[in-house]
Amino acid sequence: MSRIFVQGMGAVSPAGWGIPALCEALEKGVPLPTQALIRPGWSKPFQVRPVPVPAQRLAFLAHPRLRRASAITQYAVGAACEALGEDVGRVQNGELRLGIVVCLMPGCVTYSRRFYEEVLGDPATASPLIFAETVYNAPASHLAAFLNSRTVSYTLVGDDGSFLQGLALAAGWLLNDQADGCLVVGSDEMDWVVADAVHLFERQSVQGAGAGALYLCKESSTKPALELACITDAFLFSTARVRSAAAQRMRAQLPEYNPRELLCPGTQGVARADADELAAWTAWKGARLAPKQLLGEAFTASAAWQCIAACDALERGDFAAANVSIVGANEQAIGARFVNPDFL
Amino acid sequence: MLFPLPRPSKAPPRIVITGAGIVTALGIGWRANANGFRAGKQAFRSVTLFDVSRQRSKIAAEVDLPQPFPPMQLSEKQLSRLDRSTKMLLLAAQEAWSQAGLTSPSRDGGMPLVLGTTSGGMTLAETYLRHAIRSPQSQRQQATRVMNYQAQRQALDVCDAFDFNGPITIISNACASGANAVGHAWELLRAGHAEQALTGGHDALCQITFAGFDSLQALSPTPCRPFDARRDGLSLGEGAAILVLETLDHARRRGVEILGEIISYAAATDTYHLTQPHPQGDAAFTTMKAACARAGITPEQVDYINAHGTATLHNDSTEAAAINRWAGARAATLSVSSTKASIGHLLGAAGAVESLVCLMTLREQWLPPEIALSATDPTCGFPIVSQPTDARVNVALSNSFGFGGANATLIFRRWT
Repeated sequence: MSRIFVQGMGAVSPAGWGIPALCEALEKGVPLPTQALIRPGWSKPFQVRPVPVPAQRLAFLAHPRLRRASAITQYAVGAACEALGEDVGRVQNGELRLGIVVCLMPGCVTYSRRFYEEVLGDPATASPLIFAETVYNAPASHLAAFLNSRTVSYTLVGDDGSFLQGLALAAGWLLNDQADGCLVVGSDEMDWVVADAVHLFERQSVQGAGAGALYLCKESSTKPALELACITDAFLFSTARVRSAAAQRMRAQLPEYNPRELLCPGTQGVARADADELAAWTAWKGARLAPKQLLGEAFTASAAWQCIAACDALERGDFAAANVSIVGANEQAIGARFVNPDFL
Repeated sequence: MLFPLPRPSKAPPRIVITGAGIVTALGIGWRANANGFRAGKQAFRSVTLFDVSRQRSKIAAEVDLPQPFPPMQLSEKQLSRLDRSTKMLLLAAQEAWSQAGLTSPSRDGGMPLVLGTTSGGMTLAETYLRHAIRSPQSQRQQATRVMNYQAQRQALDVCDAFDFNGPITIISNACASGANAVGHAWELLRAGHAEQALTGGHDALCQITFAGFDSLQALSPTPCRPFDARRDGLSLGEGAAILVLETLDHARRRGVEILGEIISYAAATDTYHLTQPHPQGDAAFTTMKAACARAGITPEQVDYINAHGTATLHNDSTEAAAINRWAGARAATLSVSSTKASIGHLLGAAGAVESLVCLMTLREQWLPPEIALSATDPTCGFPIVSQPTDARVNVALSNSFGFGGANATLIFRRWT
């Protein structure tokens, strides 16, 4: 048995906390409004799409490990709990071995910046509480502690494409019987440092934030079933490797245009950043849904939203299959394909 | 395709090591390090890389990098942008690549690269952040710093330097990262993803990490003494280690020398605390037990443990409890040491470097001592190697534990 299914999904995004808010924003198809983010030393702020404050205090924040947790951890736990649904209890009770893969690009940048600012001020008084939260695997650790999950947990670092690598890794754990279920989370947070860094490369890019989670299992109880059909190879690009060629090679591993299929690209509506991916998909005449154009650039979280958009379209019965295309920020072009095996 | 996985047609293949490269404060390359570890040499000195005048500890195990840096297949521009961590990574990769007799495969043929790191090119990130805070209007070289501090860029430099394709996987599980990386590469080959993989870990000393461990009061002002009753904290170091892993069939077809075999790997999560292990070492016990079960061996068959042994009060007592519990009666005669006594804690590189130390003990039949050990902590129900020792070593086990509760155990077997 080598089939892998998406058993649950969760999202925290600039549209709000939860899948319904994300899907409503995707359905409207209108870019969310931006807000100003102060940039120290500059008179003009960045325009960004932050995650709104939840309407009610999040119940999981009562957990001792989460009281001081950074935004990136809160997003990850929020998305993860939604994806797991009722299986949260089974994991906490030790009835279900859950593998956890958390994928990050900038990672725990807010606390890292705060800690380094303290070090620059006087390293002898820098806060140990903040330092502990700067570590890349802090969100995965807090998530595992909240879920009381002692099975294997990896934090993957890479560009937005690392989320799809995380799905492949989780599929391997499931097929090797190292876990009964696997949670793959992409989470990245908002900070002026990240917006400043993105601005150095692409001034039109709007930073977003949040998380997305897919809960994978070997069997499905959802109607319709959402099957992970494939993840392409990861085609690298760098100083010595051309990004457009990587995008074309990734494209070639996914099917030709079919009117019953959806494409969820990683384009953000910024000509220069999107050019290689758009060129790779020129021949695709069918439906497209690009979450980043509506929600902003949130790296691994954006990649997760692309997968969620694909699965949501299948769940609604709109398409037989949905392809996810990621031509990442600075590492790889990689794609995925989800299918509804029951679609007639 | 990364998924679906290739359908296994038979039992998982045996995975052997055909190349190994190492950079630590003991030196660059296998011989310099083997000589140093075998003698129990300590490589600590006053920190020169950044200001530590306001820190409790002022020592670390710094690496002396070669000048000029060897060219490899990188452009002048790429070479000029390499940070300290990438240089160590490339030096280790070059030694491993050369030892394994690898040639650049076609770019159509992928070879997985699995790396562990906790901070990537953090020194560049520090420079970027310092500049962004203090001189926000001046953005000269900021884009280069942003691009090159990221761990995926350092991995890409390895792919470019040796002209091979990934996929690249970067695991950042704190101080278990290097062990998780080696273990994950082992699992990829066993699952049939490829027949060769390059794997290891790297981390350079940087101010944010040094200040962080100092803020936790985890650093010792003197060279660390793992498992010593009077230990008072860890010492930081820096370095890199890379292994070439290969299926046994592939290595035999190539006729390449086999250095050793990885026979097992296990990982688990300790949910006790973000920065402290469970007092009884439950997760460490779990990974040692699971790794032995997966390899089909018992503690009686393990000849040496390269312990995580950071020399903090919590880590060593926890690890001792886990080893005592796992080994049972075998503990009384089981040789254990922590090579952090020689080179400090290499964080994301630690698990990879310590894998290579295990390989050295298997190849050369000696045990690395902790020369500075004065009185073994009474919680240790096992002997700590404290003098240079020749020994018969057929199976070596390496433990790695990290912040966040990442625990990993690797088991290596001598190749004869």
